Amino acid sequence: MTSSSPAVGTKAGSLPRRPRGRRRISYFTKRDKLVLTVMIGIPLLFDLVLIWFPVLLTTIFSFTSWDGLGTMFKLPFNGTENFQAIATTNPDFWPAVQHNLIWIGVFLVVATPFGIFLAVLLDRNIRGTRVYQSIFFMPVVLSLALIGFMWQLIYAPDNGLLNSVLGRTDPNNTINWLGNPSINLWAVLVAASWRQAGYVMVLYLAGLKGVDPGLREAAALDGAGAWATFRHVVFPTLKPINIVILVVTLIESLRAFDIAYIVNGGRNGLQLLSTLITNNIGSEASRIGYGSALAMILLVVTLVPICTYLYQTFSKDVR
Amino acid sequence: MPDGAHPTLETGRFSRRSMLKATAGLAGLAAVPGLAACGSGGGSGGSASGTVTFGSNQSDPTPKKAYAAFVKDFEKSNKNLDVKVNTVDHETFQNQINNYLQGTPDDVFTWFAGFRMNFFASKGLAGQIDDVWQDVGSNFSSALKQSSTADDGHQYFIPFDYYPWAIFYRKSLWQKNGYQVPKTLDDLVSLSKQMQKDGLEPLGFADKQGWPAMGTFDILNMRLNGYDFHKSLMAGKETWTDAKVKKVFDTWRGLLPYHQSNSLGRDWEESAQGIQQKKVGMMMIGMFIGQQMTDQLDDLDFFPYPEVDPQWGQDSLDAPTDGFMMSQRPRNEDGAKKFLTYLAGAHAEGVYLKADPSVIGANSQVDTSSYNSLQKKAVQLISSAKHTAQYMDRDTRPDFAQTVMIGALQDFIKNPKDVDGLTSQIEAQKKQIFKS
Amino acid sequence: MTVPTLSAEETPARGGPGHGVRASSPRTSLTRILVYVFLTVAAFLWLVPILYALYTALRPISDTNQHGYFSIAHQLSLTNFKTAWVGGDLPHFFANTLLITLPAMCFALLFASLVAFVVSRYSFRFNVSLLVLFTAGNLLPQQALIAPLFHIYTSISLPFTLSSSGRLYDSYWGVIAIDATFQLGFCAFVLSNFMKTIPKELHEAAMVDGASVWTQYWRVIMPLCRPALAALATLEFAWIYNDFFWALFLMSSGDKRPITSALQNLQGGMFTNNNLIAAASLLVAVPTLAVFFALQKQFISGLTLGATKS
Repeated sequence: MTSSSPAVGTKAGSLPRRPRGRRRISYFTKRDKLVLTVMIGIPLLFDLVLIWFPVLLTTIFSFTSWDGLGTMFKLPFNGTENFQAIATTNPDFWPAVQHNLIWIGVFLVVATPFGIFLAVLLDRNIRGTRVYQSIFFMPVVLSLALIGFMWQLIYAPDNGLLNSVLGRTDPNNTINWLGNPSINLWAVLVAASWRQAGYVMVLYLAGLKGVDPGLREAAALDGAGAWATFRHVVFPTLKPINIVILVVTLIESLRAFDIAYIVNGGRNGLQLLSTLITNNIGSEASRIGYGSALAMILLVVTLVPICTYLYQTFSKDVR
Repeated sequence: MPDGAHPTLETGRFSRRSMLKATAGLAGLAAVPGLAACGSGGGSGGSASGTVTFGSNQSDPTPKKAYAAFVKDFEKSNKNLDVKVNTVDHETFQNQINNYLQGTPDDVFTWFAGFRMNFFASKGLAGQIDDVWQDVGSNFSSALKQSSTADDGHQYFIPFDYYPWAIFYRKSLWQKNGYQVPKTLDDLVSLSKQMQKDGLEPLGFADKQGWPAMGTFDILNMRLNGYDFHKSLMAGKETWTDAKVKKVFDTWRGLLPYHQSNSLGRDWEESAQGIQQKKVGMMMIGMFIGQQMTDQLDDLDFFPYPEVDPQWGQDSLDAPTDGFMMSQRPRNEDGAKKFLTYLAGAHAEGVYLKADPSVIGANSQVDTSSYNSLQKKAVQLISSAKHTAQYMDRDTRPDFAQTVMIGALQDFIKNPKDVDGLTSQIEAQKKQIFKS
Repeated sequence: MTVPTLSAEETPARGGPGHGVRASSPRTSLTRILVYVFLTVAAFLWLVPILYALYTALRPISDTNQHGYFSIAHQLSLTNFKTAWVGGDLPHFFANTLLITLPAMCFALLFASLVAFVVSRYSFRFNVSLLVLFTAGNLLPQQALIAPLFHIYTSISLPFTLSSSGRLYDSYWGVIAIDATFQLGFCAFVLSNFMKTIPKELHEAAMVDGASVWTQYWRVIMPLCRPALAALATLEFAWIYNDFFWALFLMSSGDKRPITSALQNLQGGMFTNNNLIAAASLLVAVPTLAVFFALQKQFISGLTLGATKS
């Protein structure tokens, strides 16, 4: 649509020409139309039914006090009561918001810049760059749940690697990395950043490879050092990639769930909006209405980076 | 409360077309544990045959083996029936019970007596088993029958085993250090101080999983304020900001220095290990701790929580009852009822207890001669108690226990000084939950 | 910006020129050394968790009980792996994983390629909106969907040949469906980008021959998409394999779960034995690591295809 100029003068909504023998404008055959409909229709159906319809339902549920039982058609609506309760009486809500913000902060200030830094370093023609890249990227192919599971070996209070190295394995003197609510979020964030940095690195490397070498040469000729070149020449041209990375970072931070859940079910210092939702919905409590209200909050907040991403990605396509 | 009988979404054979129809007809959707018997392999009425599915939360090795033992025993005497066990991790099973019961529950499943049973029965998620009770009712005390009966007067639960919560310790360790069983709270404190001097951690304590701390709250509440207050607090009829409740937290705070530190990062099994390794002096826990110490069972002993207020003495304790229920629409109802009848019998309990002696049988005719000293003591303790409670997460609404109390007790452990803030926050949430 | 960087790794880093100009100055040599040192130290630290897990897994529990975990091993063996494999019932969970991941991958790619084809070859007015819809669906938090999904799943009946529970809930097909749908957006987006780079002449030649839409799709465009499909397949394998959430909440049978969700089960049984935890983690990590090492190019190109856009 956008990449190559149309061979024939196609306009938005027009049909491609299909000359058959004698030149005439032909439309799609009936069969073609059916095929096209099915081609779009089936995936669309799945997407609507399994994703967008649930989004609608969650919105509706969030204004009820439903407990998940009985029919969906006689929902006990209770207006904005859930939201009020969440904001005022839920002792875990504001801590969860805080933790999500900390998650975003650490990713934005530590993990992502570190990934960019690695990308910049590895973009040079140094020996072994492929080996380094593979090493830094390895955690990305592991799931965060597995990472949480594995890092227990490091964080175990009495015989974990970290405490052994620090000499704090005596029961009276241990640092309880995962059990102490003042530090466990940071401990988990280290493990998550371990993965995030590699992910950012690869995306950025790809972007860097696309930078026109001429730009760099010009900057070098002007006497700019490496840092200045990066800051004033390279970084600005990578604006699309920068936005993608920013958005990806935000979305991953808001979606964080697996690692907190597997460490302690999302309690005691690891409360996140996502775990609050599952503690209310996917638990014996079955507070579907209340949990859906929490889900709405998460959804609305996540829509900000999502819309930014969509705008950035698709705005050029909208004529 | 409407029961679960709703018009089903009868889509029959699955094909893309019917999927399309079904989704197009989503406007007529109803959440339904409906017609699962359509096309099933379960036998029709008459003599019970086929497969009975059995959902179990006993994922720890000892009870899991014990369950396998009685399943095999049942199948031996019922050649037509096959029991398919579906074991899910203990915590996960409970967490997903709502989804489970509404979705695709097994015919028979493990559950608990009391309010927690009543909660699901009243929502129509369990099957009535009055007819089974007709046959086996004489096996159980009237108290047990009561805890198996829901508010509508029907029975939904078959008790199987129960166990007391008390303070457990290793005899050999206490003998070596010359410790005496404490009779009052002051005795407990001085004992703990002595243990600390001897290089032990006095009270094992682990609350990473959220529920173990409830045992301490329950017993302190019953010791300080009596069983009746505890019961009505659990039922939501008292305010948490009452001075009585604050007294419980204040007393607990005084004891916290003697509890294991870092409890929020520890599973109860780890604390049990501490007892086994003689690094921890004693622990307030259920008798199931025996499952972690099968080799040292002879060395294990317990005493009831010491007296705090002479008005109440040691008249009550937590003794939760575990058992079985039937799902609302089992695929093999006859087989399920046959299985439940078997489970209600003394023989089944005997088979179980042989493999897992850390609990006592609920059946009044179970063969107690093979009980070890621990079990005999437990029977004695419970029968001499004036009142038994089921444990907080079974005595109160599950959503209150799960979403409020677990977090609240963890907050208390983290910050034991702010009792006023804690109790008002609990009360605010309780008001919200109990009114729906 | 250039065309989607399929061959990102094949071209040597082109940041070279400015650098090469100053290769001889001592300041740059020092910088180079510093860079190497930094990268080597960072790479080593990066590998520590995995290496430590490997080390711990290779030590029998008797060795670590005697000497502690932070010590030189006196004995190395593979017993922990064997115990974790058998005791954790890993083959069973791996089989579940295959049963779920492979079909989900295929459906995701199939559906995505259909959408990408229509959207990239034909100019319909709804093209962009469609892509937006699909892509946004991919980015939503899973927790926002679970409550309604549960109710939808428990309402749809399946014959017992397709699901032992009789419903979409607690069935392999249920998890396959949501996994495939959830990945649709990303794949459709990447494939449509890729398809746009296929020269129109190829397409038009087929049209001249009177080929139907389906033939154009299946015989002309799809074979040309092999590199992109390969790249996406490796990514999707890893992502669906790594999914923790869907099977955890849409399956109530513990033994139907795929390996990543089953980690939750393993937690309970093995918490005291670090060696088993280490062995189990490594065994679970092997498939994605293997795919990564074998198909690293495809993996990374899949990611970058999605990130860079012409």
